[in-house]
Amino acid sequence: MNTTRFVIAACAAIGALSCPGTGFAASDQELKEIQQQIQALKSEYEEKIKSLEARLEAAEQAARAAEAKAAAAQTGVAAATPPPAPPPPAQPVAPAAAGAFNPAISAVLLGTFGQFSRNPDKARIPGFELGPDAGAGERGFSLNESEVDLAANIDQALYGSLVIALQPDNTVNVEEGYLQTTSLPWGFTVKAGRFFSGIGYLNEQHIHAWDFVDAPLPYRALLNTQYGDDGGQVRWLAPTDWFLEFGGEAFRGDAFPAANGPGHGKGAGSLFVHSGGDIGESSSWLAGLSYLQTRAGDRVTGADVFSGRDHIGIASLVYKWAPQGNPTQRNLILTGEFFHGLEEGTFDGNRFDQWRDGWYLQGVYQFMPRWRIGFRHDELDSDRLAGVFAGGTLDNLGHVPRRNTALLEFDTSEFARFRLQYTRDDADLTTDDEVLLTYNVTYGPHGAHRF
Amino acid sequence: MRTILSVLLGVIAVTTAPPALAALNVFACEPEWGALVTELGGDKVSVYVATTGRQDPHQIQARPSLIAQARKADLTVCTGAELEIGWMPMVERSAANARIQPGAPGAFEAASHVRLLEIPARLDRAEGDIHASGNPHIQTDPRNILTVAKPLSDKLAELDPANAAYYDNRHADFVHRWTQALQRWQAEAAPLKGVPVAVQHKSWVYFFDWTGLREIVALEPKPGIPPSSGYLAQVLEQVRREPVKMVIRAAYEDPRPSEFLSEQAKIPAVELPFTVGGTDGAGDLFSLYDDTLHRLLEALGHDSSKP
Repeated sequence: MNTTRFVIAACAAIGALSCPGTGFAASDQELKEIQQQIQALKSEYEEKIKSLEARLEAAEQAARAAEAKAAAAQTGVAAATPPPAPPPPAQPVAPAAAGAFNPAISAVLLGTFGQFSRNPDKARIPGFELGPDAGAGERGFSLNESEVDLAANIDQALYGSLVIALQPDNTVNVEEGYLQTTSLPWGFTVKAGRFFSGIGYLNEQHIHAWDFVDAPLPYRALLNTQYGDDGGQVRWLAPTDWFLEFGGEAFRGDAFPAANGPGHGKGAGSLFVHSGGDIGESSSWLAGLSYLQTRAGDRVTGADVFSGRDHIGIASLVYKWAPQGNPTQRNLILTGEFFHGLEEGTFDGNRFDQWRDGWYLQGVYQFMPRWRIGFRHDELDSDRLAGVFAGGTLDNLGHVPRRNTALLEFDTSEFARFRLQYTRDDADLTTDDEVLLTYNVTYGPHGAHRF
Repeated sequence: MRTILSVLLGVIAVTTAPPALAALNVFACEPEWGALVTELGGDKVSVYVATTGRQDPHQIQARPSLIAQARKADLTVCTGAELEIGWMPMVERSAANARIQPGAPGAFEAASHVRLLEIPARLDRAEGDIHASGNPHIQTDPRNILTVAKPLSDKLAELDPANAAYYDNRHADFVHRWTQALQRWQAEAAPLKGVPVAVQHKSWVYFFDWTGLREIVALEPKPGIPPSSGYLAQVLEQVRREPVKMVIRAAYEDPRPSEFLSEQAKIPAVELPFTVGGTDGAGDLFSLYDDTLHRLLEALGHDSSKP
């Protein structure tokens, strides 16, 4: 009653003060009334607190007296037989405030200093048309993507997650915003909204959860770094002793390599299966097979226009090792993925189809607490197109794009990682030497250690 | 295609056939709760223990094997108090199992049944990896095991009412044996009262509450942050001013910091099991405390206490 009144008054006051320009305009008289109400409530509460303090004081004195008595009694008893003194009964803990129901809010900050021997703005990969986010990086200091995550159980049946990405050019976009079921029978999980697809291994993880600073070449060239769109997903977890999961997705079809799905009545879809388990106490693994099909209508990349389909198959394998399954001191993570894709349709008005392959293999080793080293090799390959395509975007010029990357990481804690990464980049015809120095921090409630 | 599908379904059918006629599938987050459920549930429960005594329960990943086991669990028994916050929420969400979601009848948290100590006055990550609801390492005090046994036994009976009398009998028997053991341990632990010690991680507050050991200093500058050599030098200074009898670490912890202090300060470094399976001697719930006390008394020079 009183509390509700107070909350409403306080909210109204806060609202009136903090959003004067947003259309909430209280008249002076209303404001005065509210102030008076707050004043009245304040004095009322102060009195109540005073009386409570007095009662608490009295109760504490009584408790001290009782304790002294009990202690005296116990010394007498203890001399005879030492009975196991049971701990006092549990005190039910009630959430203190309405804030207890706030979602878990966490922030991720990523900052980079980059040095490139060639201008990264002009970076290209011969034979591949690149999506809008597939650039090579930024020279000098730059804020990478900053993220705000809001996640909570919505009710007994649903979990919700919203990831807001703040881009260095001061634009804001919803990176993920989805709800997910938690209580469907028979091992089913349904997800709807905007989310990263469950294909591959790295795809579903956020940039800050990757072991290296940037995405491997096949992700960059074939999936515009990460594939995510608006859509729905169904997963089924088999009731087996080892991990076996099947999934399928349907997407709106706006994200590269798809484009303009709704306008053309087209879309994208995927199927995947994941399996995993432990090998003894020290090792565990996760394998996956995924297939993504996307359709594009008049997709523009640079000066090129493409209409048609993309088929991408991905085989993934992750192996993790830690002595006796305890990664705190030392651990090793090996990840490898192989991409096999076909693009078919019309490119700048000419019919074509082209096979594209890509793979990477990477290892990251924590050799002592807080220190990790890593190495990665990534590579692409494609059919060489001739005729009208010779010398154009889809002509790979007989070049095999590849990179080698070395990583050194120091963590002040699991929430803050500092990375120095060197890449010898032969994605283009001439070699680029790249040095990236980054920080990658997370703060807020403790996040999950996903596999 | 059809043959592949039928083979696949066949494989699933074979592997999912129930292995025994255990009534309840229990997913225990830590070995001590796995052992307690086995004591209370006998052959009516089939227990999967998610971690071992050699693993740091804070630093577990939501591995595929854990998700697969959580999928078929009727009951999860975890410490709670945010000990598993880094991995259990992920396991629960990925397991697609309504029975074990937070708040569901099949989610049991031991820490919500005991009085927690070291509830932080200030919640700030600058204080290290602290737990908002208090220190979660409640199993180091055997009295807490007794406290948790009752609601856990009730939970088994609630989920499997057909065997309620069975669980009740086993609980009564367990209480009898545990109370006897407690009296023995209290007598054995008497020489530990007031003994000053150093610890590696603040894992022992409940154990100290029970035995009366006194924690003088922790080797970790903040909970969960490994000590640097500079910080260890400071600890050594403090130990020289305020001598301790030994330095204690859990079996899963890096032995180097405590061994450094042991050499420099000429005090024994004692590795304690911390949970069931942490050491070879701590094979079950009873021997966990036998072995813990034995190791401490040996370090104090009380060899007569050998069981």
